[in-house]
Amino acid sequence: MENNESPLDPSAPPPQQHTPGDPRSPQQHTPGDPTPPGAAPARHPLRESFRKAIGTSDQLTAQQQINRRTFVSFAAFFVLGAAAWKSWFFIKDAGQSDGVQGPLRKVLNVDDRIFGRTFSPNHLAPTFPKTAAARNVRYNSGIGLGSNGFDLAKWALDVRRDNGDALSIGIDELRRLPKTEIVYEFKCIEGWSQISWWGGVKFSDFAAHYDLRPETAREYVGLATPDDRYYIGIDMPSALHPQTILAYEMNGQPLPVRHGAPLRLIIPVKYGVKHLKRVGRIFFSDTRPRDYWFERGYDYSCSL
Amino acid sequence: MKRLVPKHPLAIRWMHWINFPILAAMIWSGMLIYWANDVYKIHVGHNILFSFFPQGFYKSLNISFRLAEGMAFHFVFMWIFFLNGLVYVTYTLVSGEWRYLFPDRHSFREAWLVVLHDLHIRKTAPPQVKYNGAQKIAYTLVILMGLGSVLTGLAIFRPTQFAWLTAMWGGYGNARVIHFILTLGYCLFFVIHVIQVILAGWNNFRAMVAGFDVVNDPPPTAVREPSILNHAQNLADGK
Repeated sequence: MENNESPLDPSAPPPQQHTPGDPRSPQQHTPGDPTPPGAAPARHPLRESFRKAIGTSDQLTAQQQINRRTFVSFAAFFVLGAAAWKSWFFIKDAGQSDGVQGPLRKVLNVDDRIFGRTFSPNHLAPTFPKTAAARNVRYNSGIGLGSNGFDLAKWALDVRRDNGDALSIGIDELRRLPKTEIVYEFKCIEGWSQISWWGGVKFSDFAAHYDLRPETAREYVGLATPDDRYYIGIDMPSALHPQTILAYEMNGQPLPVRHGAPLRLIIPVKYGVKHLKRVGRIFFSDTRPRDYWFERGYDYSCSL
Repeated sequence: MKRLVPKHPLAIRWMHWINFPILAAMIWSGMLIYWANDVYKIHVGHNILFSFFPQGFYKSLNISFRLAEGMAFHFVFMWIFFLNGLVYVTYTLVSGEWRYLFPDRHSFREAWLVVLHDLHIRKTAPPQVKYNGAQKIAYTLVILMGLGSVLTGLAIFRPTQFAWLTAMWGGYGNARVIHFILTLGYCLFFVIHVIQVILAGWNNFRAMVAGFDVVNDPPPTAVREPSILNHAQNLADGK
């Protein structure tokens, strides 16, 4: 379609004929007016007075149309702008729900559900050769790693079963289970990332070895440090993801204390905040276990 | 004689004005997120020319220690940003408006002439239909930038589930850099856009709110439109 002649170009002569299919053909652009030019429009008087009021009636002079349509449009513009301004402060000043404004929390939960559907155990975090792993692994947080009352030599993992039993598993016992190593890009919720190398037992191998079938049929798994200062909840599909590891090694060496000795969670499908260090207890639940950063306004899943 | 000429369809005006506060909210919440790991710098060799962002900037906008809030706002308003953009692109394609917006083979030369005109190097601006060449390029580019923001955003948001997408952007770190640079691009776009709107004047601005342009037709005289008689006279005169 040729479009050299424009209704907007004042220097161009008025177009001589209607171009079929041209949405802005100037001959027929009174909105909602299908009447061909020249014919007297037969409209309901009430409708006509409304059109006069808002300035779209062709019985008005051009200047009247300009004035009224400008006024009506800008009035609507400012009313809608004020409404948007009000809505913004409605959200900003709304009551808190787990550390964040209630309306935002609702949408974050919906986000979790929507993007939860994109999850597949076949979607793997990219892995790297061991040579790519950082020597100096970044240390960012020591919440739950306080020294008072903690004795590394006496540590044992406490697993709560559905039937009420508690398993107490020492680190040597875990080391005898099949070992899995991973070199992947650890991603912190703050925005930095680092390729690091970890070794341990796959969570799914761990669950299979201790026959945690009724437990892994639940919705969530909860983990906490021995002092309960740091605690997280993980949806079961992420916990059973083939790259989720209960790690006891970093860079081929036993975990340093700062990185969560003797056992920490490595879960590449989630941000670092879910990589709980110094795992003390593991329990299972159909409702979301309490989660340290969720309570401080982050989304529950923190998935990647 | 004054005449009203429709310029911007109602749908485009709505989506334009929805996008403005939503993009502002996305940039603001993005800064709350960026603060938590503010490592980007412009440097030549070891000389740092600019560090994003100076402390005074954070302070004046109250940006520090608000990562969770920033993420929450970002992951809520992203839906409006995305859906508004999607509807806009669909609308322009279906309605035919894209014909005014999409650059053609003349647009790049025309854009250059517009730039020369705007810098007062050239006296006249090239004639334009609804948008000039520079506008066509800018308004199409900013839509592509929007697509880039959505796709780099998704690559950062779910780098494991969409690992292929993250790899397409050159990895997680690169996707973040591109996401950030695109945001700087919007800020630059905004500055130029607002200056141009101010320079273009009231009639142009009103069209983005009220939808119509006012065209002043010169009073109808025989001079304006050569009749067949004039033409015949000219022929007779041997012109």
